[in-house]
Amino acid sequence: MALRVKALESLMVEKGLVDPAALDALVDHFEHKVGPRNGARVVARAWSDPAYRTRLLADATVAIAELGYAGGQGEHVVAVENTPSVHNLVVCTLCSCYPWPVLGLPPVWYKSAPYRARAVIDPRGVIAEFGTDLPEDVEVRVWDSTAEIRYLVIPRRPAGTEGLDEAALAALVTRDGMIGTALL
Amino acid sequence: MNVADPPGLSRDTEQVFAEPWQAQAFALVLALHARDAFTWREWADELSRELAAAGPDDDGSRYYDHLLATLELLAVRKRLAAAAELSARKAAWADAYRRTAHGRPVELTGEPSP
Repeated sequence: MALRVKALESLMVEKGLVDPAALDALVDHFEHKVGPRNGARVVARAWSDPAYRTRLLADATVAIAELGYAGGQGEHVVAVENTPSVHNLVVCTLCSCYPWPVLGLPPVWYKSAPYRARAVIDPRGVIAEFGTDLPEDVEVRVWDSTAEIRYLVIPRRPAGTEGLDEAALAALVTRDGMIGTALL
Repeated sequence: MNVADPPGLSRDTEQVFAEPWQAQAFALVLALHARDAFTWREWADELSRELAAAGPDDDGSRYYDHLLATLELLAVRKRLAAAAELSARKAAWADAYRRTAHGRPVELTGEPSP
């Protein structure tokens, strides 16, 4: 596989189609600059600041950019909020669409055929495999990401966290919580 | 089926790329898209076809294999490189790896293979 990439890359560089420095910068960005910590900050802000929460639900792309997160696969993000009666779960049934600016690149299981198929057919079963049995009276909504729209789940704020500041709240937010496969 | 991560990996502690070539292939996709070599819709459609062909048991561990296959296909279709040119270049790199002493940087010299 390394040889195949090397072959394509060297041809693209020779033809002036890509700049090697730009490739290095892209790798650095995805290895070090984006990841679920960004999304956790967004969620913590939404929990702490009702006006921000309103903006996030109205236009997540703009609200996320307020915190400095933008770029590829973040052009149209929709935030969906968990409530006592509704739980949201995100999938990309066809490939691997995912809100990179706030969550980084998706975990391996998100890209697996079983998750992509079963999240739609049996979302409660999938969530149970991740360790959570949702109460029967909670409605599960499944959001299928596309090349144009990606979703971010705003988990419910855990009880007993009233006194925590944003940084402490952000530390409670997990990647799986923002995909919807786990509760906090 | 168990789609959950092993314990301890459910946060963002796992490696983004398991091997360097995966990072290089991913960066190539973004760089070529950035110069409008293909639209993101074209990319997602082709990757979806590749993943669908991998079948219902595909566990995600070969995702970057599928990504690279998709990239090669689009590169040829969009005439970024000719299929023959790409094959020749792969052979040249394979040859260079064979000829390079361990610990030395691998370079294409343009010499024909022995």
